[in-house]
Amino acid sequence: MKKLLTLIAALAVFFTCACSHIQDEDEAVEEEDTVVYEKDEEYYSALKDDNVTINVYNWGEYIPDGADGETINLNAEFTELTGIKVNYTTYATNEELYAKLKSGGASYDIIIPSDYMISRMIKEDMLEPLDMDNIPNFKNIMDKFKDPEYDPGSVYSVPYTWGTVGILYDNTAFTEEEAENIGWETLWDKRYAGNILMFDNPRDAFAIAEEMLGYDLNTEDSEELRACAELLKEQKKLVQAYVMDEIFDKMGAGEALLAPYYAGDAVTLMDEYDHLSFVIPESGTNLFFDAVCIPKGCTNKRAAEMYINFLCESDIAYAVADYIGYSTPNEGAFELLDDEVKEDDISYPDDEFLENHTTTFRNLSDEANLEMQTLWTEMKSSEEETSNRLIVPVFMALCVAASLVILIRRHIKKKKDVF
Amino acid sequence: MKKMLLSPYLVWMAVFIIVPMLMVAYFAVTTADGALTFDNLAAVSQYANIFARSIYLAAIATVICLIIAYPLVMILARIDVSFQSTVLMIVMLPMWMNFLLRTYAWMTLLGNNGLINMLFGLFGLGPFRLLNTQGAVVLGMVYNYLPFMILPLYNVIVKIDKSVIDAAHDLGCNNSRTFVKVIMPLSMPGVMSGITMVFVPAISTFIISRMLGGGSNLLIGDLIEMQFLGNSYNPNLGAAISLVLMVIILLIMTLLNQFDDDENRVLM
Repeated sequence: MKKLLTLIAALAVFFTCACSHIQDEDEAVEEEDTVVYEKDEEYYSALKDDNVTINVYNWGEYIPDGADGETINLNAEFTELTGIKVNYTTYATNEELYAKLKSGGASYDIIIPSDYMISRMIKEDMLEPLDMDNIPNFKNIMDKFKDPEYDPGSVYSVPYTWGTVGILYDNTAFTEEEAENIGWETLWDKRYAGNILMFDNPRDAFAIAEEMLGYDLNTEDSEELRACAELLKEQKKLVQAYVMDEIFDKMGAGEALLAPYYAGDAVTLMDEYDHLSFVIPESGTNLFFDAVCIPKGCTNKRAAEMYINFLCESDIAYAVADYIGYSTPNEGAFELLDDEVKEDDISYPDDEFLENHTTTFRNLSDEANLEMQTLWTEMKSSEEETSNRLIVPVFMALCVAASLVILIRRHIKKKKDVF
Repeated sequence: MKKMLLSPYLVWMAVFIIVPMLMVAYFAVTTADGALTFDNLAAVSQYANIFARSIYLAAIATVICLIIAYPLVMILARIDVSFQSTVLMIVMLPMWMNFLLRTYAWMTLLGNNGLINMLFGLFGLGPFRLLNTQGAVVLGMVYNYLPFMILPLYNVIVKIDKSVIDAAHDLGCNNSRTFVKVIMPLSMPGVMSGITMVFVPAISTFIISRMLGGGSNLLIGDLIEMQFLGNSYNPNLGAAISLVLMVIILLIMTLLNQFDDDENRVLM
């Protein structure tokens, strides 16, 4: 009887899996009419028979993976085109990527860090210079994104996306007037206590505090960093949770009202949920770039460069921009976008705004980085006002009590042994 | 000959347990350049409150696990054997699922718009703040580690000889006295290994506190994770914190073992 039950259960599981798989395939068939350009077959087939695998390490939710059945699976397309297999993994913060590379536990061929992290990696000699002859599609990148401050001369990186940081909010909870007045200070507004999400990485979180206090986003001044940490500590009481990609679930499900995040992800979220809106505070914000790099220790540089070139194909870059919602630095891809998107203030703010109201992160000195990290840990680990300060004394008392009990037991035992 | 058979395991232990431990100790007392220093260990003291919180929460979770598991196992040991295995299987069932998934499920249950608050909402109560609290972290620990308390307890208690209990009754013990004088001392080894198996993973967890504690109830595990994979890369400090944590656990376990009778001492 038992065996029969097990069998039935196993079959049920099997069929559910099989059915969902069939459904996936059905959806994949009705692929929307995406633009597909001719690819340079000769260039891409250079490594076709070498059975190469490249390790790509990217941000979470940062590439079309065909998961919703409507978009292309970019990595699969690449494999089909070139015969190079892609081993794709993701990270949530620049610091996590840095730690992974630094600890040397893994080797990657493609990484996509942000501006300041690229500077830091260049400084610490962690990146391979790119051979632009192998990346002919670099010409597709708009001129204003070539030769960026974080990588002078575009030696190590090819821009992948860019965007700004703003505040995602639940428009059902705000009147029109309130919504208009949302700025960084709203994240410190006691009325929204317990409904605020915050960045779970020090650089972005400190940047918001720096905006609040009117400091430069690249300040290395110890006093100023301390003041920012104080401000963040004050905010901690109001913050529901410190998150990164979890924001998709939490804001989508209406768990929180306010969350600072990257414009690109906000666009994706707003597409999906009507109750979410996004605002870029007028007072100023951070302008970021994410760019494709090859780290030192890459196993097949030629294949990695081929991957970068593939990402720079106009139609592929368009598919990326269309799917992840981040702004594209690719001229051809930009042309393919709907006019509505091109003129959107969130994805493509005008040059005047970018010029005067945004700052790009630069790599901080080691001392400033260390200080920021220490202050961040201190802020995160500081006790909530409400939780009791008695923990340590109580623990000590328990230890003493336990020792006493042991001593007394021993004493009694000895006495018993005497008799 | 018997010793020869043991050698593969000894090699395994040396390579994968002893050497890594020594490396942790080495990293803890050196700088990134390899120079000897005690700064890392000294720096750990600024995180005393995190240590205290971790021990406190893990201790609460362990006690709750014990309180839930002990009566359950007592009842379990007395019922029909075929029914026993079914109940045990139900205890084990959640462990077939991925640990992350189980914890993630609690996020949706406890959220402001989660199932539990929706239920309260039906009666016009709440919403209560359940997620992102220390209580949620303890709940996550209890839920995830409860089987580790039940199984060792069950293994010991089910083997207690019925005749011993009968003898106690014959000699004039009532039920509660039998429990205190016979069953409890005999079940001590199970209690001890249960406590060890719940307390040690609970104190060093980081994913439960991250997911259910909202990232603001840092535990030691989070702190260590931050040093290696997270936002502040400093493996030397991370190793120092791990070393201190190991010493603390060793201390607590030694302390607990004192309660046990010498012949029944459980290895950590």
